[in-house]
Amino acid sequence: MNLLDIINDPNTRWILLGTMFLGLSSGVIGSFAYLRKQSLLGDTLAHAALPGICVAFILTGVKSTSFFLIGAALAGLVAVFLISVLTRYSKIKQDAALGIVLSSFFGFGIVLLTQIQQSEYGNQSGLDTFLFGQTASMVMSDVYMMMTVSFILIFTCTVFFKEFKLLSFDPGFAKGIGLPVVFLDYFIMMLIVAAVVIGIQAVGVVLMASLLITPAVSARYWTERLHIMVILSGIFGMLSGVSGTLISTSVNNLPTGPLIVLSATVWFFFSMLFAPKRGVLSTVWRRLSTKKKYSLEQDKRKGSHPL
Amino acid sequence: MNDFWIILVGALVAGSCSVLGCFLIVRKMTLIGDAISHSVLPGIVLAFLITGTRDSVPMLIGAAALGLLTVFLIQLFQSSGVQSDAAIGIVFTSLFATGIVLVSLYTQQIDFDLEHVLYGEIAYTPWNTMTINGFEAGPKAVWIVGSCFILNLILIFLFFKQFKLVSFDPSLAAAMGIPVLFFHYLLMSLISLTTVAAFDSVGSILVVGMLIIPAATAYLLSDRLSRMILVSIGIGILSSIIGYFSATVLDASISGCMVGAAALLFGLAFLFSPSHGLVSRFLKRRSAMESHS
Repeated sequence: MNLLDIINDPNTRWILLGTMFLGLSSGVIGSFAYLRKQSLLGDTLAHAALPGICVAFILTGVKSTSFFLIGAALAGLVAVFLISVLTRYSKIKQDAALGIVLSSFFGFGIVLLTQIQQSEYGNQSGLDTFLFGQTASMVMSDVYMMMTVSFILIFTCTVFFKEFKLLSFDPGFAKGIGLPVVFLDYFIMMLIVAAVVIGIQAVGVVLMASLLITPAVSARYWTERLHIMVILSGIFGMLSGVSGTLISTSVNNLPTGPLIVLSATVWFFFSMLFAPKRGVLSTVWRRLSTKKKYSLEQDKRKGSHPL
Repeated sequence: MNDFWIILVGALVAGSCSVLGCFLIVRKMTLIGDAISHSVLPGIVLAFLITGTRDSVPMLIGAAALGLLTVFLIQLFQSSGVQSDAAIGIVFTSLFATGIVLVSLYTQQIDFDLEHVLYGEIAYTPWNTMTINGFEAGPKAVWIVGSCFILNLILIFLFFKQFKLVSFDPSLAAAMGIPVLFFHYLLMSLISLTTVAAFDSVGSILVVGMLIIPAATAYLLSDRLSRMILVSIGIGILSSIIGYFSATVLDASISGCMVGAAALLFGLAFLFSPSHGLVSRFLKRRSAMESHS
């Protein structure tokens, strides 16, 4: 299949639209997560979503994205709550708390998943596509769901931009001027949960964190201003979603999620090398030119003050 | 007998992971363990594609190389200004994605499916036996994971002082002439070796769980590193036994149940640990208040 065929195929066009919006919204919310040093929270929440999805499937018996969304969101809330309890009431540190919650929720999810696969629903539940993501399993209503949630996410981030900015850079000051910091904290985590939930069908539980982290880090290389970073991160996410989906539909048998992740990584390397101020090349060039200027000055000084 | 072999493999994995996990916990680096256990995948796949066999030695080398590459890349990105947790996230997701793409590209040549990567086939280990000179020597996995466990124990025992100092006070260690970077990379290669030794039989999820959870439990139960390591090994072994029997009752994934059992034991320690538990601290505070009034 060539590119034109792919774009003309209405089914692929819908899926492309879905992954595009997914990349956009997770890039936007991911930049706040990155600035708040909560990048790996997304990883934990994505793994924690698995038991939520399984429980939703067991309870309802149908494969419906909206029930999965509710299940995963509840599991995410429990995970967030457990992480804060662990770090507050014991000497366990943040990173260990994330790891404990991640692996125990995921282990529990695997137990439930094997139970479901052995039950009468069998493998047709299609729940295993959630591990690595497969856009081929998406139907029209899933794309609508992704687009709706993405719109809500982007809209919320626009409306609460000032609050989120303050919370990301100076939570103490935010508290001082009377912002409900704890509420906003949980609110941002809920938005991350929402992004994770719409993402796991396309990208998979294991790799969803990448969509939240990589575009944000790439965007950070290009700018020092938050609103530009958020927009850029959204664009990087969108581009990764589109290119990953295109490659996976044109080459047989490749799962979409890993390809989206790899496209995001390519953008990351591009930014790391070529970003104007913070990129590797410009840093090296700046260092070299400073060195040259310095040695020129030294030569001049030597010339004017002969020893 | 099969029950015994499966429990033995689980216990050996749990033991070797939880020894190393203690150092990750005290160095606040648990998520690097998580990252390594994901990112050894492309190393295993590449070793498999190059040699064409499922022989363990090339796979161990491939995985150890990728483990070291992971640690190196994380440090490289960190030093170029990326926050450490984001650096971990970028490195392990992209390497794991590379591994999955490789597996999908060469599906015909590779006979492990992706779910196997995540939760392994510990139930099949008793049938994959090894024979030495016609002598039936038990499951292969027992030998691989067992030698890895012994290697970990020997190295940690020999260099216990060095590892301890490097974990708690790296600058003092450097001042005393201990090669801090060397021990850092030694620990990381042990983690990658353990991951790949355990990987075939139990999958990456059990490795992550066993690296973090028993060590965290032991961290709540004791204040001395040496005792913490012993407690952590004990808890790892206990959770693999409990996990196996609950898996046979529930008819579910064995490695998933072993992680579940470890999580349960952690929950108990979190609530009832004599020194750091929630309940015991509450009781202590109340009795202190009563004795005051």
